[in-house]
Amino acid sequence: MTAYIPLSVIELALASILVVANGMISVAYGLRLERSLAVASLRMVLQLGIVALALKFIFAQTNPVWTLLFVTIMAVATIAEVIMRQERRLKGWRALLLSASPAFLAGLVTTLIALLLIQPQPWYAPRFLLPILGMLVGNSLSGVALVLDTITGAASRERRVIEARLALGATRHQAFEDILRRGLRTGLMPVLNGMAAAGIVSLPGMMTGQILAGVDPVEAAKYQIMIMFLIAGATAIGVVAGGFAAVHLLTDERHRLRLDRLTAPSE
Amino acid sequence: MLRVDKILVAPLPPLSFTVANGECLAVEGPSGSGKSRLLRAIADLEAARGHVFLDGAERGEMRAPAWRRLVRYAATEPMWWTETARAAFPPPPNPARSPTSSALAGLLADLALDPALLDKPVSDLSTGERQRLAFARAVIDSPRVLLLDEPTNGLDAASQARVEILIQRELKAGRSVVLASHDALQIDRLADTRLQLARPATLPRATPASDTARTQRGWQP
Repeated sequence: MTAYIPLSVIELALASILVVANGMISVAYGLRLERSLAVASLRMVLQLGIVALALKFIFAQTNPVWTLLFVTIMAVATIAEVIMRQERRLKGWRALLLSASPAFLAGLVTTLIALLLIQPQPWYAPRFLLPILGMLVGNSLSGVALVLDTITGAASRERRVIEARLALGATRHQAFEDILRRGLRTGLMPVLNGMAAAGIVSLPGMMTGQILAGVDPVEAAKYQIMIMFLIAGATAIGVVAGGFAAVHLLTDERHRLRLDRLTAPSE
Repeated sequence: MLRVDKILVAPLPPLSFTVANGECLAVEGPSGSGKSRLLRAIADLEAARGHVFLDGAERGEMRAPAWRRLVRYAATEPMWWTETARAAFPPPPNPARSPTSSALAGLLADLALDPALLDKPVSDLSTGERQRLAFARAVIDSPRVLLLDEPTNGLDAASQARVEILIQRELKAGRSVVLASHDALQIDRLADTRLQLARPATLPRATPASDTARTQRGWQP
């Protein structure tokens, strides 16, 4: 087995020619994507560069305060991202926080489980904690954003149906049962599809990375399987908590539908 | 008896009135005058200040779903969310006291509806069939108060007459009915008292209850 082969800036520059080609196609066909493409490519390079330097710095420290700081920044970024992805947002920072925080908390809880299983020394070693937390939070973020968007969208479209059920004596949970079920399915679907396709259609990114780094493919697959289960768990916890939070925040203790708690749809 | 005490549905002035058992109150007013919102507020589907009592019990004293089983709002446009109409009928709260299938069959016969319609896809039913089935759904579990919002909207004359006969039967059985309607003749046929919702800022013509300070909870009529 060959060892890890480092890349130089020249090789990266050569690879970037493909993005330039992509931009030229956009210009040639008038797709008007070249601007977004340039911004997205630049953002990607900058973000990954900064995060790499930050991780390198944190791995060199012995004080866990730096790890904690990174985790805090991730929490804020996750919640902001969930909120950004909503077409209709809940009003008030408390409601926003309650509905979006499951995305981060679910990832955090499952990361702690992962650390229990892997048992690094010390348990909070940033080389294990931060990448795993990132993967789990990233997946539960997508799920929570989807479930919130599905439920708030359906509630505003199906206001009359919800109120007809309430008028017949349904509780808010009964009136929302179909919408909640739809939201949970939508939120969980990407993870289920990802698990089913893993290894056949695509080789998961983490497993690819470990193989490129020289790890035995069987060991890499073991890690990937564990991470897949944890991703499924993190997404399930986040989606269920986010879904119930959305139903609660869209109704009140008198079992009324409160669409006045939603902002107008954004572009 | 339904008693509404200074309910505030902006921009209308506070409204107070009572509807005795077996009495029908018609709420009149142009479109957008707040008829539906008043009915929704009485059913506690919309937050509104003021008090609503059913036989001396204020709506806040019971859970909202229990209140809406007793004080039933039926919207103008009937909503169906299940494949068949039968699945959207309210689940019996107490199986021992649940309406028997013969009660439902009788109700459907009075509305000239074939019982087989209950198990057909709702999307295959006509507007009038859906409207009449919604009326059956609203009364099948014997609520004490019916808040009917344009109950014969979109019905032909024969179906309209059938629904009106059933409303009269509910009144004879001691239910209180609040009827929002555009149809002056229908109001003449059914209503005992009227409440006119005029333009905002002008007081309604008929506010039976006097406007003295009786806002305490648990006030007995």
